[in-house]
Amino acid sequence: MDLLGLTIKDVLEKLKTGVFSCRELTEKCFVNIKKNDKKINAFLTLNEEQALKKANEYDELIKNDKEIFDKKPLLGIPIALKDLYTTKNLRTTAGSKIIGDYYPPFDATVTKKLINAGAIIIGKTNQDAWGHGSSGENTDYEPTRNPYDLSRVPGGSSSGSGAAVAYGAALVGTGTDTGSSIRLPAGFCNLIGLKPTYGRVSRYGIIAMASSFDTIGHMTKTVYDNAKVLEVTAGLDPYDSTTVPIKIDQYTKILGQNIKGLKIGLPKEYFVKGLDNKVNNSIKDSLKILEKLGATVKEVSLPHTYYAMAAYYILVPSEVSSNLSRYDGIRYGGAREIFGAEAKRRIMLGSYTLSSGYYDAYYLKAAKVRTLIKQDFEKAFKEVDVLVTPISPTLPFKIGEKTDDPLQMYLSDICLCPVNLAGIPGLSVPSGFVDGLPVGMQIIGPQFSEELLYKVAYLFEQETQYYKIRPQFKNG
Amino acid sequence: MDKKYQTIIGMETHAELKTLSKMFCGCKNDPFHAEKPNIYTCPVCLGLPGALPVANKKAIEWTVKLGLALGCKINSFSKFDRKHYFYPDLPKGYQISQYDLPFCYDGKVETSFGPVGITRVHLEEDTGKLIHQKVNGRNVSLIDFNRSSVPLVEVVTEPEIYSSAQAKEYAKKLRQIIRYLDISDCDMEKGGMRLEANISLMKEGETKLPKYKVELKNINSFRFLEKGIEYEIERQKEILEKGLTPDQETRGYNAEKNITYTQRSKEEAADYRYFPDPDLPPIRFNNSWLNEIKSSVPEPLETVFIRWEKDFKINKQLSELLFETADEAKKLEEVFSNLSKSKLPVDKFVNLVVHKKITIDLFKQSVEEIISIYKKSVAVDDISDEELKKIIDKIIRANPQAVRDLKAGKTQSINFLVGQVMREAKKKIEFQRLKGLIISMLKMS
Repeated sequence: MDLLGLTIKDVLEKLKTGVFSCRELTEKCFVNIKKNDKKINAFLTLNEEQALKKANEYDELIKNDKEIFDKKPLLGIPIALKDLYTTKNLRTTAGSKIIGDYYPPFDATVTKKLINAGAIIIGKTNQDAWGHGSSGENTDYEPTRNPYDLSRVPGGSSSGSGAAVAYGAALVGTGTDTGSSIRLPAGFCNLIGLKPTYGRVSRYGIIAMASSFDTIGHMTKTVYDNAKVLEVTAGLDPYDSTTVPIKIDQYTKILGQNIKGLKIGLPKEYFVKGLDNKVNNSIKDSLKILEKLGATVKEVSLPHTYYAMAAYYILVPSEVSSNLSRYDGIRYGGAREIFGAEAKRRIMLGSYTLSSGYYDAYYLKAAKVRTLIKQDFEKAFKEVDVLVTPISPTLPFKIGEKTDDPLQMYLSDICLCPVNLAGIPGLSVPSGFVDGLPVGMQIIGPQFSEELLYKVAYLFEQETQYYKIRPQFKNG
Repeated sequence: MDKKYQTIIGMETHAELKTLSKMFCGCKNDPFHAEKPNIYTCPVCLGLPGALPVANKKAIEWTVKLGLALGCKINSFSKFDRKHYFYPDLPKGYQISQYDLPFCYDGKVETSFGPVGITRVHLEEDTGKLIHQKVNGRNVSLIDFNRSSVPLVEVVTEPEIYSSAQAKEYAKKLRQIIRYLDISDCDMEKGGMRLEANISLMKEGETKLPKYKVELKNINSFRFLEKGIEYEIERQKEILEKGLTPDQETRGYNAEKNITYTQRSKEEAADYRYFPDPDLPPIRFNNSWLNEIKSSVPEPLETVFIRWEKDFKINKQLSELLFETADEAKKLEEVFSNLSKSKLPVDKFVNLVVHKKITIDLFKQSVEEIISIYKKSVAVDDISDEELKKIIDKIIRANPQAVRDLKAGKTQSINFLVGQVMREAKKKIEFQRLKGLIISMLKMS
């Protein structure tokens, strides 16, 4: 059996009925990693010994406890954690050499929740250092490659998690999304990637990039899998005062409900010059499918979109410069001069925009623009239920193609960053393939509308089944 | 000091709140009694990657309580900000403080020299503590994070203090109020309360504040505050007399030499790059929460003193010796009322307590128990004049020298004789009665 093509739903069924064991599945993951990860560079640290130990433990539990799958909804599911996720006694680098030897004394809240739910941590994944990037190339280690085309980037910053799920090294790859970092790799790797509402999932123990933007989500092959994981990770955390006591929906329960009468908005500001025609056509084809499923599509306007990237690249570096202050060279091995170029760029930008005399002109002004962007979305959601945009204006680009031009790199997130400014959820859904490369479609909803996003994406996925198209390591 | 210059002082005072847990985590807040360094720490107060602060509600309430006791207005919308600077005892590279929206603003503290305006009262976190010592023959700097993220309240005054004596009185008064609210021990020696004075001199007749100010920092006693300011006034005067302007700088006070010295000059002035801490949602005080805090603010200290003077004839100086916290004052007042009702003299009770003739515990003992301790201490044993006279006679005979002294006008001798009689009688007898008897017997003989 091709274990690597399975979904969480399949695996849970098979574990329950004893078709294979946790141990077999876990071993299979490591065999795959050892065979392929040299080409992909998805992992920075493997957790093989612990993972196999857990797998044995769970196999025992399955034998002895009939209700174990109710108690542990992700029992035996191999999971890859982005290296911003703090893991107790397991090396956590943030993709940076500054903390290249850091073994945290505690688990992030989400790490703990996933472990308690029975997920098996396979390893820690590669990423743009500190989450700064859209391609994975800003890692202080070897850049991750796209399993669908090894000469191309997998999208970032959660590059390793995206690639790992795409090539079957794990069934879930966790990520963080500050401007694009889950949705872009999901789009470039043919996955479902959720950027949840800000405050839906705890940030405690996730190494901060920009605290008022960071959201904690994950990538999976299918919508069901994705919803299943959010049921575990979502919720109020007394250790994170920005989480909220809003009810957690039973996201998997509504999948399959129809979307007749759903109103989809196409923000006209997102379908303009710079958008690759082939990508545009793919999204338009997908919209036709959604219409066939009962949705109606109309154009809407998000008038302040033009200012979004500028505001984003003032506010985010401001918070970045603050959050990276703690790596002062005293307590963690690396001194500040070994920060990578992108981190240095953001520290300088942010220090400048926060300095007295410039604060009002930059930070404060950008914060006001942020409010306008948020209001744009609120107004749009009075007219329509969800918005649909491309994930990226282009197909996955070549490794090295944009590294010399940070501005070009920033623009790959142009459809994604505004969602973080507004704090609302966005879901990346496969929209098919162009020239053998995955194209992603973004579905955006109002605050805490994850259930609706899943509902829409699920029907679309049932219709298209793009997730079944597996990577062939082209150009290897 | 001659009239040519007017001293202008503004003060900034920090006090560590004595909440059970720290400001932004659940660690024990007890840095001064910790057995070892770094035992009250966690990812949050160590500033480990990914850790997040959660604000201590009690500390916020206590800050507002202090603000209310100082007559401040309360910002119904407030927030925490990050203040950035690099220092080894600051693990996050920034301190969580409050910048433009402090919890409280615009209050005042009365002094005998006039009122001192309170600009603001805000809440922040304390830093770790650096310890410089030799380990295995090497000079090293160690960091103790037990103090890291302990809640720290800062009270800032207007530049409305005009002398070292007023500064000292203000600081003492502020400590008295904070202790009265029972929110901080204000232990100055250990650094639980720290004083800073911004001092400058204004030419007589000027109306604008001077262009410079000298910050005198980290002073740990009221006396040093006074001495340090006095030294500064003289130092600055000398510079001004030469037609120069003193440097804007931070200075420390050396108690041994009684001088101030440069710690940090203005060239190194930091830009703290304040911005709202995105990890902590803004704080909104709704009416019910604010009312709850208001109702926890005790009667002002001054009115307690005035009432006690009026109702119980206890002057303020004595009252100040009797209690520190509002709870103690409340319990004492219960005792006073009960004494009064029973027609027992409150002033006598106070006297015995202040002079430690009786020991009472306001919290472990009930009002009845305390009153019975008092009664016992003043109770006299029953003894007839006849019996007493026999004993007095015996003592007079045994102590001819004391009798001679007394007759010669050495009035203290009577105390000695009274004591001797009581010892012989093995009884407690009212002093005045005994004194009268002795004198009348000596007159007869």
